[in-house]
Amino acid sequence: MTNTLTMTVNGASVTRDVPANTLLVHFLRDSLRLTGTHVGCDTTQCGACTVHLDGSAVKSCTTLAMTCEGSDVTTIEGLASGDTLHPMQEAFRANHGLQCGFCTPGFVMSAIKIVERLGSGFDDTALREELEGNICRCTGYHNIMKSIRAGAEAMTSKQKTSPDNGAE
Amino acid sequence: MIKFGIGQSLARVEDARLLRGLGRFTDDIAPPRSVQMYVLRSPHAHAEIGGIDFRAARAMPGVHTILTGEDAAADDLGGFPSMVPSTAPGGGPNFTPPFAIIAHGKARYAGQPVAIVVADTLEQAKDAAEAIIVDYEPLPAVASLADADAPGAPLVWNECPDNLDALATFGDKGVVDAAFEKAASTHSVEVRISRVSANPMESRTALGEWNEAEERYELTGGMQSPHMLRAQLAECVFKIPPNKIRVRAFDVGGGFGMKGVPHPEPALVLWAARKVRRPVRWTSERSEAFLSDCHSRDHTSRCELALDSGARILALRFFARANLGAYLSLAGLHCAQGNIGHLSGVYTTPAIYAEVRSYFTHTVPIGPYRGAGRPEAITVLERAIDAAAFDLRMDPAELRRRNLIGPDQMPYDTGFQFTYDSGNYPVSQTKAEEAAGWANFEERRLESLRRGKLRGIGMGHIVEIAAGMNDEMGAIDVEADGSVTISTGFHNHGQGQETTMRQLVSEFLGVPPDRIKYRDSDTDVQPFGFGSAGSRAAAVGGALFKAISEKIIEKGKVIAAIMLDTSAEEIDFVDGTFTARSTNRTATLAEVAALAHQPMGLPQGMEGGLSHKQMFRPKGPTFPNGCHICEVEIDPETGRSEILGYWVCEDVGRSINPMIVAGQMHGGVVQGLGQAMGEFIEYDEEGQLLTGSFMDYQMPRALDMPQITTISNNVPSPNNPLGIKGAGESGTVGAMPAGLNAVCNALQPLGIRHFDMPATPWRVWQAIQHAGGIEALHKAAHETA
Amino acid sequence: MYSFEYHRAETVEETLKLGSVLEDARFLAGGQSLIPMMKLRFAKADNIIDLRDLDELRGIEVAHDIVSIGAMARHAEVAASPKVQSAIPALAGLAGGIGDPMVRARGTMGGSIANADPAACYPAACLALGATINTTGGDIEADDFFQGVFETALGEGALVTGAEFPVPDAAAYKKFRHPASRFALAGIFVARFGDLVRVGVTGAGRQGAYRWIEAEDALTENFAVNALDGLHADPSQMNSDIHGDEPYRAHLVEVMTRRAVLNASAHCGDE
Repeated sequence: MTNTLTMTVNGASVTRDVPANTLLVHFLRDSLRLTGTHVGCDTTQCGACTVHLDGSAVKSCTTLAMTCEGSDVTTIEGLASGDTLHPMQEAFRANHGLQCGFCTPGFVMSAIKIVERLGSGFDDTALREELEGNICRCTGYHNIMKSIRAGAEAMTSKQKTSPDNGAE
Repeated sequence: MIKFGIGQSLARVEDARLLRGLGRFTDDIAPPRSVQMYVLRSPHAHAEIGGIDFRAARAMPGVHTILTGEDAAADDLGGFPSMVPSTAPGGGPNFTPPFAIIAHGKARYAGQPVAIVVADTLEQAKDAAEAIIVDYEPLPAVASLADADAPGAPLVWNECPDNLDALATFGDKGVVDAAFEKAASTHSVEVRISRVSANPMESRTALGEWNEAEERYELTGGMQSPHMLRAQLAECVFKIPPNKIRVRAFDVGGGFGMKGVPHPEPALVLWAARKVRRPVRWTSERSEAFLSDCHSRDHTSRCELALDSGARILALRFFARANLGAYLSLAGLHCAQGNIGHLSGVYTTPAIYAEVRSYFTHTVPIGPYRGAGRPEAITVLERAIDAAAFDLRMDPAELRRRNLIGPDQMPYDTGFQFTYDSGNYPVSQTKAEEAAGWANFEERRLESLRRGKLRGIGMGHIVEIAAGMNDEMGAIDVEADGSVTISTGFHNHGQGQETTMRQLVSEFLGVPPDRIKYRDSDTDVQPFGFGSAGSRAAAVGGALFKAISEKIIEKGKVIAAIMLDTSAEEIDFVDGTFTARSTNRTATLAEVAALAHQPMGLPQGMEGGLSHKQMFRPKGPTFPNGCHICEVEIDPETGRSEILGYWVCEDVGRSINPMIVAGQMHGGVVQGLGQAMGEFIEYDEEGQLLTGSFMDYQMPRALDMPQITTISNNVPSPNNPLGIKGAGESGTVGAMPAGLNAVCNALQPLGIRHFDMPATPWRVWQAIQHAGGIEALHKAAHETA
Repeated sequence: MYSFEYHRAETVEETLKLGSVLEDARFLAGGQSLIPMMKLRFAKADNIIDLRDLDELRGIEVAHDIVSIGAMARHAEVAASPKVQSAIPALAGLAGGIGDPMVRARGTMGGSIANADPAACYPAACLALGATINTTGGDIEADDFFQGVFETALGEGALVTGAEFPVPDAAAYKKFRHPASRFALAGIFVARFGDLVRVGVTGAGRQGAYRWIEAEDALTENFAVNALDGLHADPSQMNSDIHGDEPYRAHLVEVMTRRAVLNASAHCGDE
């Protein structure tokens, strides 16, 4: 019943034997011990499990690991380069965009793709719409909005100068 | 140096790991040989459990053990007690059934643990649980507060007729009744505070280990108060000395009071770990959390105000019913009656009488959630004020203003329960009104009406007790190189204590925050701690670390005097440096610490080291306060409310870190608005939970919530040396009434005087229909135009 | 999740062959409905056949006033497709309003249609636009395809391969979100082809997505909001839950229909 699964995670090729019913999030957390990706609900709503899969933000709790065979996955652990945080991580830090930090990896992963889609000139409602798939219980979203705006500024001003910043 | 200290918006230390995915939440920890626990829960709200046949399940792959209530009874395991005494309806102490860790013979709420399965994997445990046959005999259940004492209602406990556990009265009824006799007008409103679930994004977790070598239990989990939980587990569940249990909490993904309550699962993982001699992991799934986390609020009341002819409050009467659930949780009764003092609000109310009836129902026990009784009392009071303003056709802001306690009256003895420490409520109201444009609101209402929308504005003027649970223990160890390690009984699950406590110590000892290590919450680190709850860490921690730092400095001066050839009385300590007043010679804290750790260099009899640990109790509680204003617009066709703006002028006494304080306000406000606007827990008549996941329970999303403007009007508290009041809960306490008052205000043109939370589209639409629908709105528009 | 065996094939033909030989097999497209159900153990299958490699089902084409969308086109792809945006902006908007960005990055049109969730968005568009659902068992008109709550005319072992949407002269989708689930509490797709108007309703109906014929007749007569005056959706046909009873849902159907007519030919908007 186990399958041999190979994919690229944070730039490195990994191969593990997993049962077919393994979700991507459990592959990351249990098989690879990348525990920064979290599970906050069981109905595909909270987005704490968000990772990048072949260039898109997806919910790793609602993706079979086997479906990702041969894919390229980036998790929160793969964003920073060395000691330098990804501009979006830095923006969350500078703007107090996190409190308990549990939903945060999901928000950061979502936010990076939001900025890639919308650039930095989005209005408030558009950004709130884009956050439909991420739930935070601590911040009231106020500083998350502020962080993503700042992150968008930083990402778009530095765009394409840093190909290894983790954003595919 | 001071740039790291009190008052600086220092970026948080803990963010570095949390943002990289390097946090250590309990489910991130997978010790070797660990196994998983699955909890089989009662599908019935009320049932006799005849027998449990788990022979087939026990033989299934991967299963290590299956345990039931019978096993727990055989092992003499107890439950968690209530910490709040009350009075039975006929006098004498109330009945206090402990919060059982597993059902034995009878299940009293849907979701109560009935058996646990321990297996190699969670899926194996679930497979086995499906093969367990429980012989239930379902019994009639009572699942709502409204039905708790209905004639013939099934009893949760035979000891409590009508399911009424406690009847508590407060104040002098005679005096209050007399005031009502004299009143120029009286105003009554009935308010329901809906039942909600705290829903921290990290659900509850527990990792239990039996340390064979030390013969003791070790628990790691998501909690707010490791020491409290250890005390309960040791004394009440396992009946062993507390040092036979170690309890730790690393990163915890939100708590909001709910994780301050002992729940069954931490006891169950420890019990199971000892049985199977392996680490046992349990992480609640979200749907499991809805069933098994203590719910909150669930309260109905009638509040009556007596006013004189100048609209000044003469007296207040309050009659409440509170749901307790099926058992008394640690703080269930605290939520019901422990914060009744908040009925005084920010007003000069000469006389208050309150009656609180607390009922059992076949539902999961009630526990604290951000505010824990404060939002209930303040919401009812603030609704009563608005209802009175409605009756008198008066601006509710003006009615409040006439009754505010003045700054010159501080400290103010409310004559009911609290003595407020300090605050300037009129200025807070003025600042909030100016920011929100209160004075011009009617123009905006008309503008909305022209677009067919109902606009409303609401105020919530709040004051709340903080730091009421005073005692806390902390320690500072200065190492030989001058670096510092600190510990407290607080736990950081989002509030930022890892940063703010460092800022305090940085301020007091002149050490930069990056040279200060913050120890995890661990009962092995210090023997006592109260934990994080009741908006207390900043106020109590500030005073605590100031006291400890003073001891460190005192000893440092003695050592510095040796180094600088003078006496300790001649030494000043400023910004991390000891200076001899007469010679201006100096020694840094690091130099002093180095000598402190060379006992050969110290005088005979002087103890080496530079450490101090102590407990501390500040003078008294503090009373953070603030004026909240919320503006909403309702689409009468759909009932949907949009929150257009939110303003709060708050008084937290003094901010250690203003950025973090603002963050606490934002989060607190959204939790209050979440409840006012949409969150609710509902059971059906049989006691089956209808809101069992985020598919049915409306968590506030970014799209639902407004930008929040925060303004400060800090008046330092005289009750602790730093003047800090606290910031954890006041956002929630203010937002519930402000949000609800805004909705009621929007509905006012339809003649609606009161509307109960939650303001879901359907409920608002129904209220509009009952008031005559859109036609009535058009009529109103015509009249006001 | 119960355990299962995992399979996939490179072509539709091989995929169908797998489906025919494997016991208790289910196709997995984007998984945004099936996986949640399996996680909660509400759904199970001995064999899961993953459609991820079926590139032949990914295309989006517009020809002869027909928008053809492959079953495996993700919601995000449909939403971002310039072809769909230009031919049927309301359809692109609908796809761009399903769930959230992460769900749209995985969820597929075919999966949504085959699942026939009573609160899903796509069925409303299929009904209103008179789409033809392409399946490996032959083409099925949308009117015949949706048969109730999670019920379709899709044959045993067959696969939805795509859908063909006739390009209307004007269309709009208006959705009132369920406050908690964010699915449609009532979602209305209005499409006008010449004088002929079709109205697809999702989220509200007890029997799943349906066409509101009375509204269609009225709007065909006169494509204007006031043509709906006095017209009432039948509460007895409506669904009910803790966020809205039958009369409320019926009312929302009326309100959202009016708003859709008002917006027709404009972009979709969610409430």
